[in-house]
Amino acid sequence: MNVLLDHFSAFRDGFIGTLSITAVSAVIALVLGVVMAGFRVSPVPPLRFFGTAWVTLLRNTPLTLLFLIATFVVPEILFPGMSPYVLGSLALGFYTSSFVCEAVRSGISTVPIGQAEAARSLGMTFSQTLRTIVLPQATRIVIPPLSSIFIALTKNSAIAGAFSVVELFGWQKSMSDLGYAIVPIFLWVAIGYLVITFAISGIFRLIERRMEVAR
Amino acid sequence: MKFRKPAAAAAIAVLALTGTACGGKSGSAGDKPPAPGGANAPKLPTYTVAKNVTLNASPTFKKAKKRGKLVIGAKADQPYLGFEDQSTKERSGFDIEIARMVAADLGFTKDQIEWKTVDSGIRETAISKGQVDYLVGTYTINDERKKLVGFAGPYYKAGADLLVRKDEKSITGPDSLKGKKVCSIKGSTPLAEIKKPEYGAKTTELAKYSDCVQELLTKQVDAVTTDDAILKGYAAQNPKKLKVIGKPFTEEPYGVGLNKDDKTLRDFINNSIEKHVEDGTYKKIYEATLGLSGSSYVAPPAIEPY
Repeated sequence: MNVLLDHFSAFRDGFIGTLSITAVSAVIALVLGVVMAGFRVSPVPPLRFFGTAWVTLLRNTPLTLLFLIATFVVPEILFPGMSPYVLGSLALGFYTSSFVCEAVRSGISTVPIGQAEAARSLGMTFSQTLRTIVLPQATRIVIPPLSSIFIALTKNSAIAGAFSVVELFGWQKSMSDLGYAIVPIFLWVAIGYLVITFAISGIFRLIERRMEVAR
Repeated sequence: MKFRKPAAAAAIAVLALTGTACGGKSGSAGDKPPAPGGANAPKLPTYTVAKNVTLNASPTFKKAKKRGKLVIGAKADQPYLGFEDQSTKERSGFDIEIARMVAADLGFTKDQIEWKTVDSGIRETAISKGQVDYLVGTYTINDERKKLVGFAGPYYKAGADLLVRKDEKSITGPDSLKGKKVCSIKGSTPLAEIKKPEYGAKTTELAKYSDCVQELLTKQVDAVTTDDAILKGYAAQNPKKLKVIGKPFTEEPYGVGLNKDDKTLRDFINNSIEKHVEDGTYKKIYEATLGLSGSSYVAPPAIEPY
């Protein structure tokens, strides 16, 4: 208990840091992931190829390696002086986008092909079909796997701590260095993460309930 | 270790040209020092192994004698301080040599030492549980730790300092860091120090000092801060590009960590350090390791027996 009370402001900063980098990366991942899923099911071969390459590359690269590239390589070649927070959010967002893409794509595949064909025969374009017919039906199916992806994202954000981003897990390092017992430190860190991940699964359960339809 | 090969090649070339080839390898620590001094760089001293040492009052020593070897805890990732070459498994550096010097006085040869890499976080555990006989690895003596382990020494007075690029003009010490980017390890004491508002520095927090040095070389940050001993090691590794400012702003006396209740061994190590400071061995060790950074030798602080 002591360790939390003595250093509550640092704990709070870490908690807010984890929350904010998770939120920012989640938005990046969601936008990019949906776009890439659209690419992968589109009738245009170069786009399909690009989407596939994107997923293959990012999903199979260890996250730490992406962070290393973002922190040490990107500023040197492209944008010097970019903040570690932005670089970290991008690494985390890009990485997670490949998982989002695959979840969305599997959701799209579950929509019967007849739906898309019917839309086409009504004269809809590819993007209209996707927007008004396929995606709304796919969304319902995608919600549970997306919830898992965002919970994993929350925990993955701990890696950002080693790359100059203030977050919850980093608090543990400072506390151990000050000589506090390790078990309570980890207990508080774990509780901090639990609060965030429970909130995520709660929000997703709400969305799921709102979107339920009689089948 | 990219630069080491060219430097070694240069040294060999110099040797060949001057025709004073001296049988290549000279004993210990397969680390060929880089450019400063080239062929006539300071050599490590050799230690005379004591005969018939009896320290029957020391349980640690008795255990080691029975085992037939000494187990020493050290760091493995600090060049010229506590370093392990990953390919040859050869240990080198200032802390390593201090440990070898003490081992020789205890009557153990170089081959009778078993090294154990001990991470900062578990040093107290490793010592109190008897996993190592003693530990030499940038171990700052403080009262909090004295409750758990014993300390011989101090054998070196370190302090938080700044490592900068050789051509750096605007950073002259801790008071000139306003608005500068300073790198250190996440959650470390020097980081907590440099974050204080009076310095006004922007901090970058990474996982390893070598990452910080990388950032410094690529100009992502302006300075790296931690104990000067560690910084001198990096400067010795890269003397053409880096330098240590040399204005320490905290005090970190390094001690040899050992079992809390083994006063016999503690006194013995204290005497050993004192003896070798006097006979010049200590200075030779410094010159051949951390001294290569260009930071000149400072006599160690007085031993504080208790």
